[in-house]
Amino acid sequence: MGLFDRRRVRRRGPGRYELRLPATERTVLADLVAQLRELLVATTDDPLVRRLFPTAYHVDADRDREYQQLVRDELLERRLAALSTVEETLELDSLDEAQLTGWMTAINDVRLVLGTRLDVSEEPVEIDLDDPEAPPYAVYEYLGFLLSQVVDALEGDLPEPDEDAG
Amino acid sequence: MIAGPSLAGPLAPSEVEQPVDETTAVPDRPWVVIVWNDPINLMSYVTYVLQKLFGYPKPKAERLMWQVHTEGRAAVASGPRETCELHVFRLHEHGLWATMQQDD
Repeated sequence: MGLFDRRRVRRRGPGRYELRLPATERTVLADLVAQLRELLVATTDDPLVRRLFPTAYHVDADRDREYQQLVRDELLERRLAALSTVEETLELDSLDEAQLTGWMTAINDVRLVLGTRLDVSEEPVEIDLDDPEAPPYAVYEYLGFLLSQVVDALEGDLPEPDEDAG
Repeated sequence: MIAGPSLAGPLAPSEVEQPVDETTAVPDRPWVVIVWNDPINLMSYVTYVLQKLFGYPKPKAERLMWQVHTEGRAAVASGPRETCELHVFRLHEHGLWATMQQDD
């Protein structure tokens, strides 16, 4: 395990996953999760976190207000629960499906907020190493790398698709 | 909603007697859930979420993901309003940009 082993998440059987994360990366994740918690607890209206509470009725502002009032707390609660899951399992080397799903949500949420903050587009960017944005970009890319491995692992446990849904 | 005769021009007497109530004038058109393109979510992640939430086989989920990516949006589900609200909630929970509107 370490910096030069690229594989961080492995599916080890139904609903069982191995986590091979170097301590430095766990420290980075703990810090990011704590930062997102702080942002979310403060407000859900900050432009930085608005991305996590999107509009549902884009053609009907009144209905959207109703909808937001109805679900905002629930959505916030689920996001905070995912952050708690990461905090509680941060030192583990083996996770179950619910725990890894919490990791997926938390990693994606942090990535969405960071991507919003960096105003990323779909065009790949070349960032100079002395650019002040280089560190957050590196973290953003790292989260994408980790998330894709989490998705690969969880995909192995998707139920059989609905025959009718094809 | 106020039910009343239509004022939209000359009508045959039999038609004038029909109350034009919105619930009858606009029958229950289904709602559609739309996922919008965003530059942050990973393609593999969007594909996974569509499989997980809707039980779509991977090729269908991938097709929808590509439609979102290339056309800017795709209708991923449709049905009654309550069902679509639940879909939208779950898509939001997973960080996707989803909205709903009544089908034209």
